[in-house]
Amino acid sequence: MAVLWAGPWPHAWPRGWAVPKRLAVVDPGRCVDCLLCALACSRRFGEGGLARSAIAVRSVGGVEHGFVVIVCRACPDPPCAASCPVGAITKATVGVRVHPERCIGCRTCVLSCPFGAVHWDEDNNKPVICVHCGLCASFCPHGVIALEEVGGG
Amino acid sequence: MDKALTRVLRIDLTKKRTWVEERPNLFEKGLGGAGVAIELLYELCPKDADPLGPENPIILAVGPLNPLFPLASKAVAMFKSPHTGNLGESHCGGRVALALRLAGFGALAIQGKSDVPVYLTVHRGRVQFRDARALWGLSSSLTAGRVLREIEPGSGARTILRIGRAGERLVTYANVIAETYRHFGRLGLGAVFGSKNLKALVISGTGTIPIPDPPRYQKLYRELWERATRSDHMRKYHDLGTAQNIRPLNQIGALPVRNLSATRYNEEPAFSGERLAEGFLGRRLACSACPVACIHLAILREPHPVEPYFYKTTFVSYDHEPLYALGSMLGMESPEGVLKLIDSAEVWGLDAITTGVVLAWATEAFARGLITEQDTVGVKPSWGDTQAYLEMIRRIADRKGELYWTLGQGVRAASEKYGGQEFALHFGGNEMPGYHTGPGALLTYLSGSRHSHLDSAGYALDQDCLRAGQNPPPEELACRLFAEEARRQVLSSAVICFFGRNLYDWETIQTALGVLGIEKSKEELMALGAAILRQKYAFKVREGFSLEKLTVPMRAVETPTPLGVISEDYLRKALAEMEQLLRGDDGLAGDA
Repeated sequence: MAVLWAGPWPHAWPRGWAVPKRLAVVDPGRCVDCLLCALACSRRFGEGGLARSAIAVRSVGGVEHGFVVIVCRACPDPPCAASCPVGAITKATVGVRVHPERCIGCRTCVLSCPFGAVHWDEDNNKPVICVHCGLCASFCPHGVIALEEVGGG
Repeated sequence: MDKALTRVLRIDLTKKRTWVEERPNLFEKGLGGAGVAIELLYELCPKDADPLGPENPIILAVGPLNPLFPLASKAVAMFKSPHTGNLGESHCGGRVALALRLAGFGALAIQGKSDVPVYLTVHRGRVQFRDARALWGLSSSLTAGRVLREIEPGSGARTILRIGRAGERLVTYANVIAETYRHFGRLGLGAVFGSKNLKALVISGTGTIPIPDPPRYQKLYRELWERATRSDHMRKYHDLGTAQNIRPLNQIGALPVRNLSATRYNEEPAFSGERLAEGFLGRRLACSACPVACIHLAILREPHPVEPYFYKTTFVSYDHEPLYALGSMLGMESPEGVLKLIDSAEVWGLDAITTGVVLAWATEAFARGLITEQDTVGVKPSWGDTQAYLEMIRRIADRKGELYWTLGQGVRAASEKYGGQEFALHFGGNEMPGYHTGPGALLTYLSGSRHSHLDSAGYALDQDCLRAGQNPPPEELACRLFAEEARRQVLSSAVICFFGRNLYDWETIQTALGVLGIEKSKEELMALGAAILRQKYAFKVREGFSLEKLTVPMRAVETPTPLGVISEDYLRKALAEMEQLLRGDDGLAGDA
């Protein structure tokens, strides 16, 4: 996919352009750990389960203490792309794109992300990173995640 | 059908050996969940097995809909119950079903007994036996959970099933606790774990489930999601949770109070769903794949006994049943007291319902002089006394002293030894649930395959009858409950949470299965439900169960329900009809 914008987010998106959106974790305090987001993500590929989910939920030291939602935050200067030795991850308009045909499965990208948001498809030995499509947010029953406009404007 | 679903993981704790069996026929016949588990139980549990012997199998099963649709969130356990001495079946939410299915299995069966305490892990489809000697004998089940959470991988897509001290010491109603706050409860699976020297079972899974027709699946999923999140029926679980039952049951006089010597408080109990939500509700949780989030956690803020400005905060999960058993049944007044008792049952790993009914029996037996201060080692149980009950719960889990050891076997055993059978509230050996609504509830407790209120939901039928001013004859009542229990076998084979029963009518189940390539007509599904139910009944009869020989606790037929006093004669007639139905004398297909 062509990269439309590679620099930092502009203050105002050019007039007439659809403002790109990123998936944002709005309020993890409302998360109930239903995993509907992660299950929705795998449905993108027409399959059930979690193998290719780019979003995950984990408890913060036990369910009574709440949860963290682990998903790509669409860094303006993404370390996963910078770390890839074979150029299999490139910056996209929002977030990054994985080019599986170039990927050698070295997992350097996994180590590069401080959030742990580079998930791993064990079957295919490739990274799975959120593409900010927002499907998961449309199934979140409690408003934990949502698509929001990037860079203001 | 998904091939991974038909894989059965077998584990032999005696020989520390594991293997996998491909069983497509088993899943074709029984669908999954309860339908498959009862088949496996028949196969693996020898006749007259000692429930606490190595020969008793632990079977866990999931079904074709887990976790592919909203509310397809439950896993089913089957075993021979050390509490009733008969069929043990228990359902659990949390992440159990998701983890087991995505680990690549439809069922697992654990047999034998380890020579040393172990825990089992299943990661990436592989089983490991791990040393649990350091975890054995801990005072709190919560600590075991915390340790395993830290040292085991798979966070976010795993279940941590463990037992507390009650399970280790074989209290016959010890629970298996999942993820904290969810349980395989009631019939003593925790003691079966303990008898095998099995402290915990950790399963993680992030696998794939193939979908034959993705567009149809996506569409149906969205429809069901809409219905699950917008329907009024789900709202009651969503808002106040099951605790919302306390207020209306108290109003109609159907809430068992002080060992069912009464059925209401003069005013709304301070631990009703509304009052707890206002004063204590701190967080809500969901089982995997369920948007409802019916799990309600209260925040219990307790001051330090001596130091000023020093508090500790505990999260306590509350539901209608624990609020009844450790609340109204014990004549509790303070919500903090009830929450402390619920927390204590959780810490020691006891079933909350049975523990409450046991304490209620002991309180009445103490007042009548059947048990004395010598028996109770100085504890003086009285209605509403939090401290006395906390002390007794600890002693029951410890199993020290004759009385407490016996109380660890339930009220049937205790009343056989000390007397007071007329107010020992058990049905087929299982303690009474929290609805004294009428004949439907009592018939469910007596005849349901687990003696659980959820088997055929007679309490709901009673409330419908009360509203409509109906009084069904015993035969009709039996027929309606049989039909409902048979329908629920299909739900618990799929496996759908019973709270989603109105969402998943026959057509919906049929469509959902069809999307996954399992074509069944409504008639086939109905026949399957009846067949599974009859198979369970046949297992119970094989192990010595008889509806005819069941005793009805005198207290239950003396204390009036909103539908009046229920006569034993009425119940006997209904039971006779039920027996005919369970034997399959109505011409419907069945195995029994």
